[in-house]
Amino acid sequence: MAYGEKLIDHYENPRNIGSMDKHATDVGTGLVGAPACGDVMKLQIKVSSEGIIEDAKFKTFGCGSAIASSSLVTEWVKGKTLDEAEGIKNTQIAQHLALPPVKIHCSVLAEDAIKAAIADYRKKSGKAQNVQTASEPATVAAQ
Amino acid sequence: MATKTQGGPKTVQAKEPAAARNIQLPIYLDYQATTPTDPRVVEAMLPYFTTKFGNPHSRNHSFGWEAEEGVETARAQIAALVGATDKEIIFTSGATESNNLAIKGVGRFYKDRRNEIVTVVTEHKCVLDACRHLEEEGVKVTYLAVKQNGLVDLGHLRQAVTDKTALVSVMAVNNEIGVVQPLKEIAAIAHEKGAFFHTDAAQAAGKIPLDVEDMHIDLMSISAHKMYGPKGVGALYVRRKPRVRLHALIHGGGQERGMRSGTLPVPLIVGFGKAAEIAQNEMAKDNERIRRLSDRLFNGINKELKDVVLNGDRDARFPGNLNLSFSYVEGESLMMGIRDIAVSSGSACTSASLEPSYVLRALGVEEEMAHTSIRFGIGRMTTEGEIDYAIETIVKHVKKLREMSPLWEMVQEGIDLKSIQWSDH
Repeated sequence: MAYGEKLIDHYENPRNIGSMDKHATDVGTGLVGAPACGDVMKLQIKVSSEGIIEDAKFKTFGCGSAIASSSLVTEWVKGKTLDEAEGIKNTQIAQHLALPPVKIHCSVLAEDAIKAAIADYRKKSGKAQNVQTASEPATVAAQ
Repeated sequence: MATKTQGGPKTVQAKEPAAARNIQLPIYLDYQATTPTDPRVVEAMLPYFTTKFGNPHSRNHSFGWEAEEGVETARAQIAALVGATDKEIIFTSGATESNNLAIKGVGRFYKDRRNEIVTVVTEHKCVLDACRHLEEEGVKVTYLAVKQNGLVDLGHLRQAVTDKTALVSVMAVNNEIGVVQPLKEIAAIAHEKGAFFHTDAAQAAGKIPLDVEDMHIDLMSISAHKMYGPKGVGALYVRRKPRVRLHALIHGGGQERGMRSGTLPVPLIVGFGKAAEIAQNEMAKDNERIRRLSDRLFNGINKELKDVVLNGDRDARFPGNLNLSFSYVEGESLMMGIRDIAVSSGSACTSASLEPSYVLRALGVEEEMAHTSIRFGIGRMTTEGEIDYAIETIVKHVKKLREMSPLWEMVQEGIDLKSIQWSDH
């Protein structure tokens, strides 16, 4: 199939490939998908004491659309608060990359990866049971 | 499915080795999907579009006779390639039709006496689908599993064939993994119980020596475009002694001894015949080259990369088909990286089901490995320079994608991927 320019750019020049220390308290890791399904995404976020995502890294096993989707979301989440990042919808990813219908699941997986990374971070920083006050995660994370 | 490339052909200056200079891109390594028509074949066909345009069934004038002569020469050329007699070659639109005619034709004709068919799970979709249709008509079909190397277990086959079996259908060379089935042994088992033996030889005819007498084959499907002939024409070999009878699928003027009505596509048939003649004359030479290039590709990749697995038996194979799993790298992403090289992927990621190749799964290849497989097809026009370019490109992209792969990272850290609780999606 013919792919869009943005998708090919993200596939050929993926942003933010790499790994961060998954044990660090300011790092949240999301690992979603399954090898048997042909897609695995690992997305990591580093959250500042102010609750801002200051860095993001990914590694993806999957088709070009999966790689591009994860590359794109690492760009998008940087500089966002956790709540803002959590608001990213798969439809936005699919639209931006002009994913064909058979590749929509790649964008769903990328959205899941963000949510999983945020959940992991919140769990680690003790905010999992306190999601209602997630607008002020910085105070807790700083303690 | 082949990768799509953008723009027209371009020429590259590869650095190493010298032989790799001046290659035309994209490179075609998908010879199982189809083959380019040999220029000698095109040349043979051309007069039958223009001056020799007659209908071979016109008995009353020279235009018809001329066309008929072209058809009959081709029939003899194809018969000679597989050790058959001319009258045993029935022209069809291609191997899909030939397989349908063999399976449905024989299945329906003998249904009252023998209502069972035995085939194999790794057959081409058109064989499997024709069998499914017969099941709806009350025919019992046994789909045999294969061994891990892709070959039929002759013991299991012997158990499956009964005195109610009308037909045993097993392909000669598998389209996805290139393994060659033991045709002679399979034929013997079928005949022990009085069943006919059909083989889908779309990937085999013109590539490996086939002799219907020596191998005791009763029906054989052949395709022209897999052996450097034109698309849209094929043949079914139907044995006359002992006679195999079948119900026609296409009715009309009673051409092809009543087995396949319709005006014959003379230019295509003439090209098919020429392709068969060339294949017969040059098979040994072609195969020696193809084997050398296949070894070069396999060794070149394995020298630079670890965890590359060859799917299907190592020895019982047509060397022009190399199906490799590049562990921890998803096949479609690799195809996107090597866009200048036209190959096929065992990963069916584009299908909504997300299921990888049923052939690889039948071999017991784990789903995650099936997702990493690429089929390389080498043929008559493949050059050493193309193979060297392919090695270089593949190695580069597999390394890049492994650096990007969370699975590769985990395995390097010593994590057993089976120990992870993967989420479903």
